[in-house]
Amino acid sequence: MSFIDVTMQLLDGFKVTMLIFFVVLLGALPLGLVITFGSMSKIKPLRWLTRTFVWIIRGTPLMLQIILVFYGPGLIFGAKALPRMTAVLVAFIINYAAYFSEIYRGGIESIPAGQYEAGQVLGMTKRQIFFKVVLFQVIKRIMPAMGNEVITLVKDTSLARVISVVELVKAAQDIVGLRGIIWPIFYIGAFYLLVSGALTLLFNWLEKKMDYYKG
Amino acid sequence: MAVLEVKNIRKSFDGEEVLKGIDFSMEKGEVLAIIGSSGSGKTTLLRCLNFLVSPDQGQLFVNDECIFDAKDVHKLNEKEIREKRLHFGLVFQSFNLFPQYNVLRNVTLAEELQIKDAHKAKKISKEEMKEALAKVTAHGSGLLSQVGLLEKKSAYPCELSGGQQQRVAIARALALNPDILCFDEPTSALDPALTGEVLRVIRGLKSSERTMIVVTHEMEFARRVADKVMFMADGVIEEMGEPEQIFTSPKSEKLKAFLRNAAEGL
Repeated sequence: MSFIDVTMQLLDGFKVTMLIFFVVLLGALPLGLVITFGSMSKIKPLRWLTRTFVWIIRGTPLMLQIILVFYGPGLIFGAKALPRMTAVLVAFIINYAAYFSEIYRGGIESIPAGQYEAGQVLGMTKRQIFFKVVLFQVIKRIMPAMGNEVITLVKDTSLARVISVVELVKAAQDIVGLRGIIWPIFYIGAFYLLVSGALTLLFNWLEKKMDYYKG
Repeated sequence: MAVLEVKNIRKSFDGEEVLKGIDFSMEKGEVLAIIGSSGSGKTTLLRCLNFLVSPDQGQLFVNDECIFDAKDVHKLNEKEIREKRLHFGLVFQSFNLFPQYNVLRNVTLAEELQIKDAHKAKKISKEEMKEALAKVTAHGSGLLSQVGLLEKKSAYPCELSGGQQQRVAIARALALNPDILCFDEPTSALDPALTGEVLRVIRGLKSSERTMIVVTHEMEFARRVADKVMFMADGVIEEMGEPEQIFTSPKSEKLKAFLRNAAEGL
């Protein structure tokens, strides 16, 4: 099997990897904010519930969560299983939203109370204070941590193969198993490096963009 | 007519009473300096006036209108609080400028948001909004030149000295034209060399129109600029009067001791 053939076949897996990556980001970034509001809520039971949820999600392996989302409904309720890809996306989005929510919370809590008070005495609404005063400062502060998490997501997508979704690693393993050649499994490292390299540049650029002020 | 009347304000934190019944009133255009040692309740009093802290008891009147009554405080919703607190402006000890916005935007932001929200709620047309925004920008520039910082209007707060930042904060507090402008130790976070420029700006604001309350440790400033001086100790107004009377013939022992300490500090 030629290098070109292998590359073409791996590209199919790479497409799936990228699909998981982007859809999970799209879903987990806003869902994380919702979870943050829950874990910072003034309503005690809600806060307690949300934090327990985050603890469970962060405290168990993502691989286990993927398996549970895929097989769980069938085993527990005798329901029809979700399509494999859907199960992967659901598990990933929930998992990453939980991690994002904690990063957001750290960022929000790091903003000095004086910023809120300055907005309040100027008669701003809670919404205006959050979206026009606080949010941008939070985004700037959490950028490094988010960069970390997003790059981790690129590589975590490989866990999807646990329920036989043919992403990049699975695609390479299939070639290795079928053709008896080992190098494709190392070759895929380059794909991951390329993507995380691009993301590193993107995050550096974003951080620089927001570096026009200090504090 | 009193522009501000404060009646029997009381406030406790965790069972400890910080304000033990504060009563005073102010005439329009008056400058009141509040002095006293740390923990005497000065800052808490200012925060009560600005609705950052809700008093447990008491009432506030502005221009004879009751804007706060602890008895029916539960009836105030967020919108009402916002309207009522705009009678007051507050300049913080630590400036609290918005770091991501330039100087002019810091001054105009609150008004801009009000106008944009009015447009979104379809209360004003797009043309009216543009006109109003232009007015706000012009007004903001005017305020910046009043505090001597017009040439810095495009700078970001981190590029300014502490004194300049505090002057921007003063312009920002003036933007909404409050009836009563409060200063919470406006020079305490500043290098001694920078306090002068801020105090000069505050003195420059003194006019028949602008009522001001200044919590301060600058005794000379209180003496020369204030019309009245209030000395607070342990949550009560220990003594209040004209600056001359307070500084040259203090009656209460606590005030005498406080002034002695302040003099030794110099």
